[in-house]
Amino acid sequence: MWNSSVVPLGDCALTVDVPDAGGDSSQDRIRCLAERIVADAPAGVTALVPAIRTLTVHYDPAQTTFRTLCDYLITSLLSLRVVAAPVRAPIVIPVVYGGESGPDLEYVAAVHQSTPDAIIAAHTAADYSVAMIGFLPGFPYLHGLDAALHTPRRAEPRTAVPAGSVGIGGSSTGVYPFASPGGWHLIGRTPLRLFDARRSYPSLLSAGDRVRFTAISTSQFRELLERR
Amino acid sequence: MSIVIRQAGILTTVQDLGRLGWQHLGVPVGGVMDAVAHRIANLCVGNAEHDATLECTFGAVAVQFEAPALVALAGREVTASLDGAAVPAWRPILVKPGALLAIHTGCRTTIAIAGGIHVPTVLDARSTLLRAGFGGFEGRALRRDDRLAIGEPAPLGGAIAARLDAENRVIGDFSAGWSLRPDYTASPTVRMIEGPEHRSLTAASRHALHDATFRLAPDSDRMGFRLTGQTLALSSELEMLSSGVTAGTIQLPPGGAPIVLMSDRQTTGGYPRLGDVITVDLPLLAQLRPGDAVRFQLTDLDAAHELYRRRERDLSSARRALYMRYAQELS
Repeated sequence: MWNSSVVPLGDCALTVDVPDAGGDSSQDRIRCLAERIVADAPAGVTALVPAIRTLTVHYDPAQTTFRTLCDYLITSLLSLRVVAAPVRAPIVIPVVYGGESGPDLEYVAAVHQSTPDAIIAAHTAADYSVAMIGFLPGFPYLHGLDAALHTPRRAEPRTAVPAGSVGIGGSSTGVYPFASPGGWHLIGRTPLRLFDARRSYPSLLSAGDRVRFTAISTSQFRELLERR
Repeated sequence: MSIVIRQAGILTTVQDLGRLGWQHLGVPVGGVMDAVAHRIANLCVGNAEHDATLECTFGAVAVQFEAPALVALAGREVTASLDGAAVPAWRPILVKPGALLAIHTGCRTTIAIAGGIHVPTVLDARSTLLRAGFGGFEGRALRRDDRLAIGEPAPLGGAIAARLDAENRVIGDFSAGWSLRPDYTASPTVRMIEGPEHRSLTAASRHALHDATFRLAPDSDRMGFRLTGQTLALSSELEMLSSGVTAGTIQLPPGGAPIVLMSDRQTTGGYPRLGDVITVDLPLLAQLRPGDAVRFQLTDLDAAHELYRRRERDLSSARRALYMRYAQELS
């Protein structure tokens, strides 16, 4: 079934739209397509960027053409065997919620006419999946946030969010791997390093991973921070 | 052999051609803003294209050499001196031990040194990624008194330096890739390919995008160039999902002032994409200063690819010609 489109993204990349199809989720189709491209290693492909419903393919026009890649991608999608991602244990992210680490926890509770404890309970109860990595090295866009926690982004983004901050932005939750400006509401902070360029696989999370959060105390946070 | 930064300017970083292959983990490509200046400067000193260079923003940069070295400068409107005597860009320059090379003015000036800037490779590249604090020299912009190691020059670099020395000259009599030098100006017209949301612009905004002059805003940086002068509007609000972006992607945030994504751009973005500046015209954009003017002209993918391939052929020919010139020393 062909219901994807391929559009140029400048002269060195193209974007394939990969919606849900034939009972397969967009996320599974994107993952399988990316795996197939890596295995086939077509000439001139320089990078693959999976996103929420698209796969962007970067290429070198001195080594291939747009037409060649289009034909290859269409053929690959038509014959793609989509297999569900292997079910793996979720990666658990320890978080100290509230206080200095989560300055917006009280605000988020107030918006939802709830209490900080109830917000923490809801945030740690859910099972999340990594929809994509983007914005910063290792920054996960997590799906699965309890609808009762959806909170519009801050009107004024903060100019500096500390590394490890756990935030809620609209219907997403995520973790800032590096200190950066940010518009999400900060409810806690993890001592884990989400991205470390010195590791052979530098990112803690990849698209498709499952994630859970667990609450820890400030002293456990300090202990984990020292041990990392 | 090492060099010492005596004056760091407002932003001097170690850069190479960036890290393409880690974008799936959100790692920006980074690398030099003007890849053509970097590649030609490296060629002038016999380096490989991906060898690391220094990228200086504007001017007020001074570098001292502890040992003899072969150096080349490239960029827009570079004025520079070696121990007080003016030296040109786009040519090899033989530097004596202790000499002080100063960049007085410029936009994004590449300083290439034979052997390349020797910093550790992080995720397959030597470029500095300022936001994540890794790569380059300690993951940061250079400061006064920083000492950087230089690699061993390639045989071609050694041959260029040896001949200059034998002829008792400081400045090489050739300029690699003369015809390849981008046609820098303070008001370039750059060519772009339509992006997916281009058709969603109002008719007036579409007209404005291709007819009006934009100016580079002062809060532009290596991540993105903010444009002022015209605000653009979409005919209806679009539901956008984050998706891949690239160098030259022209995004339209809610305020209506377009942003062109540059070297340190994020890997994905959720703003409407009006189009993408073609690769061969990116150097013209990269060398703009705040307040400079730019216009956007539509072209198509085939034309962009033709220009891209021609430029790659010309760069390869320039490299071959240089090897021929030094064939005697290199044989």
